[in-house]
Amino acid sequence: MNGSSAAAVVTRGLVKQHGQGHGGVRAVDEIDLEVPQGQTLAVMGPSGCGKSTLLHLLGGLERPDGGEVWLAGRRIDTLSERALARMRRRSVGFVFQGFHLMEELTAAENVELPALLAGRSRRQARRRAGRLLDQVGLTARARHLPSQLSGGQRQRVAVARALVNDPLVVLADEPTGNLDTAATHDVLRIFGELRSAGQTFVIVTHDERVAATADRLISMRDGMFVDDLRMAAARPRGLGGLIGLGD
Amino acid sequence: MQDAVLAMLAKEPSHGYELHARLRRSLGPLGESMNRGQIYVTLARLERAGLVTSEREDGLPERPERKVHALTPAGQQRVTAWLAEVGWPKPDLAEFHLKLAAAAAGRLADPVELIAAQRRELLRRLREAQQAALAEPAEPGPAEPGPAESGPAGPGAGLLLEGVMLRLRADLRWLDACERAWSRADDEIEGG
Repeated sequence: MNGSSAAAVVTRGLVKQHGQGHGGVRAVDEIDLEVPQGQTLAVMGPSGCGKSTLLHLLGGLERPDGGEVWLAGRRIDTLSERALARMRRRSVGFVFQGFHLMEELTAAENVELPALLAGRSRRQARRRAGRLLDQVGLTARARHLPSQLSGGQRQRVAVARALVNDPLVVLADEPTGNLDTAATHDVLRIFGELRSAGQTFVIVTHDERVAATADRLISMRDGMFVDDLRMAAARPRGLGGLIGLGD
Repeated sequence: MQDAVLAMLAKEPSHGYELHARLRRSLGPLGESMNRGQIYVTLARLERAGLVTSEREDGLPERPERKVHALTPAGQQRVTAWLAEVGWPKPDLAEFHLKLAAAAAGRLADPVELIAAQRRELLRRLREAQQAALAEPAEPGPAEPGPAESGPAGPGAGLLLEGVMLRLRADLRWLDACERAWSRADDEIEGG
């Protein structure tokens, strides 16, 4: 345990190098970050700025070349492969742009799978998956294969799957990248409900709409943070200002 | 606002409060700040300009101010012209562009800082619009027809919010381009 054990995610001096020697580029360059429990952090930046690499380091999908990563007071960058895999299954929920669902499994089976891998009983997994599919509005599609679902529905299945083990943090990489406006709103509504329930999120996105819903918005360039915006609740002056009424 | 009020009167003569209610229905959460007084002021101006007439309604002593407004022939013509008009509400890009140039030239402020501040403001607005859009019905169907409404009401405020957000996102992308260009200009100056 260290002094930041209350935070869901902490990094100190985090470095990830792509390539060797002088030709090497620091994809993540000495990043210090602290995401308190229940906060939604969005990271924006151009392609290649290092934001996806940062997300992979936070979730233990890649190992850093320097610095530390802590999840809920536990240092993860020094874990063995086996311990890291177990930590990922139990403590981190991933949501990707391309959904990454198993095409030969039904929606319900896709959601159940991580619970089974984490050692839950078939019955527990089924019950939990049923509740989550209900929460994302897909009870009627539970037995459909991913190929029978729309992009928005697939992403909602992926969100349910990410939540099945009650993760400490949900890490989302362009979660609305392939979705139309209505499906984007569906995903943002679900994220909003989860945030109200105290879920912690780190979201990497190009989509300004997604970023604008976060509590904190970091802009990244060349592996470093260049802007850090904390968003307050909506201002009292009202929405008329958006269209020039009473601005 | 004047043109919109006139066009609403083209359907049938109406009371100010009816016009207010119809505007509020079309604008949804974006029209919350609009009060009836603004409509009465607009109607008075239109009447002075000869585009609208008003008649006191009989038999309602408890509401002496209740007037029915109707279009004059000149008002009809103006509505026709407004519908035929094609415009593009111009965003204030040139002003911001010149602000950055002046700030850099006179060393008054760091353009990259000005861009960052502008970006934060737009993101805050986008957040407000996004929150309002999420509170609207998922499928933007027809707005609820009120008792005074007989024809189709059309899509609700969700559609307007989508337009507001698309413009804000376009502006944010332009600010990204500004940031890249002015950061590069900075590097060139620093690098000699």
